[in-house]
Amino acid sequence: MSLATRIAAAALMIAAAVTGASAKDWKVVRVGTEGAYPPFNYIENGEIKGFDIDIAKALCAKMKVECTFVAQDWDGIIPALLAGKYDAIIASMSITEERKKQIAFSNKYYNTPATFVTTKDSKITDTSPEALKGKVLGAQASTIHSNYLEDVYAKAGAEVKLYPKIDDTHLDLVNGRIDALLSDKVVELEWLNTKDGACCKFVGAEYKDKKYFGEGVGVGIRKDDPELVAMFNKAIAEIRADGTYKKINEKYFPFDVY
Amino acid sequence: MQSLLDMLGAGFLQLMGLIGLNSDLMARYGLRFLDGVWVTLQLVVLSVGIGALLAWPLAIARVEGGKWTARAAFAYSYFFRGTPLLAQTFLVYYGAGQFREQLTALGLWWFFRDAFYCAVFTFTLNTTAYQSEILRGAIQTLPIGQMEAAKALGLSKLKAYWTIIMPQAAGIGLRPLGNELILMIKSSAIASVITVYDLMGVTRLAFSRSYDMEVYLWAAVLYLVMVEVVRRVWDRLERRLNRHLLVSR
Amino acid sequence: MFDFLRLLSFGPDGWGDEIARGALLTIELALVTLPVGIAIGLGVALAKDSKSAAVKMLANAYTTVFRGLPELLTLFIVYYGGQMLLTRLAGLFVEGASVEVNQFVAGVVALGLVLGAFSSEVLYAAIRAVPRGQKEAAAALGLSKMRVFRLVTFPQLWRVALPGLSNNWMVLLKDTSLVSVIAISDLMRQTAIAVGVTKQPFFFYLIACLIYLVFSAISSAVFSRLEARASRGFRRVGGH
Repeated sequence: MSLATRIAAAALMIAAAVTGASAKDWKVVRVGTEGAYPPFNYIENGEIKGFDIDIAKALCAKMKVECTFVAQDWDGIIPALLAGKYDAIIASMSITEERKKQIAFSNKYYNTPATFVTTKDSKITDTSPEALKGKVLGAQASTIHSNYLEDVYAKAGAEVKLYPKIDDTHLDLVNGRIDALLSDKVVELEWLNTKDGACCKFVGAEYKDKKYFGEGVGVGIRKDDPELVAMFNKAIAEIRADGTYKKINEKYFPFDVY
Repeated sequence: MQSLLDMLGAGFLQLMGLIGLNSDLMARYGLRFLDGVWVTLQLVVLSVGIGALLAWPLAIARVEGGKWTARAAFAYSYFFRGTPLLAQTFLVYYGAGQFREQLTALGLWWFFRDAFYCAVFTFTLNTTAYQSEILRGAIQTLPIGQMEAAKALGLSKLKAYWTIIMPQAAGIGLRPLGNELILMIKSSAIASVITVYDLMGVTRLAFSRSYDMEVYLWAAVLYLVMVEVVRRVWDRLERRLNRHLLVSR
Repeated sequence: MFDFLRLLSFGPDGWGDEIARGALLTIELALVTLPVGIAIGLGVALAKDSKSAAVKMLANAYTTVFRGLPELLTLFIVYYGGQMLLTRLAGLFVEGASVEVNQFVAGVVALGLVLGAFSSEVLYAAIRAVPRGQKEAAAALGLSKMRVFRLVTFPQLWRVALPGLSNNWMVLLKDTSLVSVIAISDLMRQTAIAVGVTKQPFFFYLIACLIYLVFSAISSAVFSRLEARASRGFRRVGGH
């Protein structure tokens, strides 16, 4: 893009991107996703892929709408939804009471537990808050995992470090700057099977406490769009019923993630 | 010290409640914001303080050093002034992670393991470059006659610098050094990108859970207060220390 | 060594093209911000020179705020706050409207506000450096206010302001790196992506630093030519 067109485009966007009232009979749904959370959503050769993306495409097909994808950093993913940069978040976002204060959710489309990961040479075996007192724990910021660490482990005397991306968290675990990280079990399973993840292992139990980890992962939608919530719920039920969901599940995982 | 901080904290909370800020948010993060201010101040005082000590030899190397010493000093300051602090911070923090084994062998890993130390280290290197540039400029504004006079009095070069050149250069450089201090308060927000909970780090944490823009406004007020206090204190300091210059004009 | 060269190659397994694109965006961002920031700066500087105390105070308050806030904070406030504010405003006029502020615009606005504050100081000092008598003389010759500014004040102001503005530009160039945190694919962010994939932080961040260094070097060369040019007339008239 030349400089002049960029300026023109920018000016247009600020002046006249007021997408008007017709937005309510949904023909196009803009989907926000992170693109840095394999295997659920990631960018490969400039293309956005993953379980979330396949589910989103299947849902949009059922809803008979056209879907476009917008990549957005995780820490801004809810503010950007509220600000109207896109209409739905399909990015492995857990349905929690805290988030429900800000946005609405569809029913869940998958549910996986949380777990700690540490290095293979680590002496950590017990992951209770008392046992991890004085340890340095990491998680991706603004997630159920970071909230859990902040509210439970930091209060019990652990030092908590939060990173903008799950990948940065992995990097600092490998580097030994954190003693363990709390993350999604399926995401970590994927990472442990990569070359960089070879250093590390799961440790401790799975965490499912509803208060922190919610009721599974849903589509995030603005509260003023209840009809869109209903559309997504119907579509989720449909892909569950007609086998589309099962096919996508099997493409990615040898176990059921619902 | 701790009880004093607690008292200050309680007062701060009440004050904020009084001017009608979100009290839930305040109860949850108010004290963490004060912790954040404390971390920011530590970052700034440590890096600017150590930087001030290192800047002198570097500045003098620029003026007095032989061809290669002067060039090396110039290259150092050119690199750190010509590149963004954010890039330098990433280079040190993530770069050090890559050389973990070597650093462990050297017994330095404990230092680079810690994000706060990494931030202090990077900020110090950065501010040393800027401060040395200010001091070099100040030294070079002094007339050569001063050095000659010192020599004629039989002072060694070291002594001449210590008793004659450095005090004057510090006086001349005082205003830009104050600006550098203020710039560092602002730049220290960069530490938040490498997991340091300075004022900016706490702000981002609070925003990431509450999505309430108010937290950014608190941060803005706190930074402005810090900057204004430093600016005023520095103004007074400058007027006091440079009294003789004012009189002679 | 060859491994590193391969990492920088242009093509599917090298990062040369991605980083070059990021570098280009960094330049674009800085070049677009420059006129915006200088325009704000000039406006604020003229306001500081105003006879009205209220206007003066506003101008000074502006400078105090945007010089005092960390650039990172200004960026967040403009990016998140600006979008929410505009959406709310638009909602007043059109039901369910949403306004999209793309990241590039947010970056230009935030950096422009900061540059405006810093350049206003430089420009204000420059305005004051032009002797009052000259303006009065020009006015006595019957020149309009606009023409006095264009023909008399501005050329001299430009010469005095140039070194300060050159400094502002250097700071701007480095500050652009901060926009990477609001997801603009500038040099810094592209570098971070390359690091994420290759796990070679030291190498790639060093490369990024060197690219910024080259930009700084080119800028200072350009500015010293500009300064020489702007001072031509001054030397002739002053006779030294």
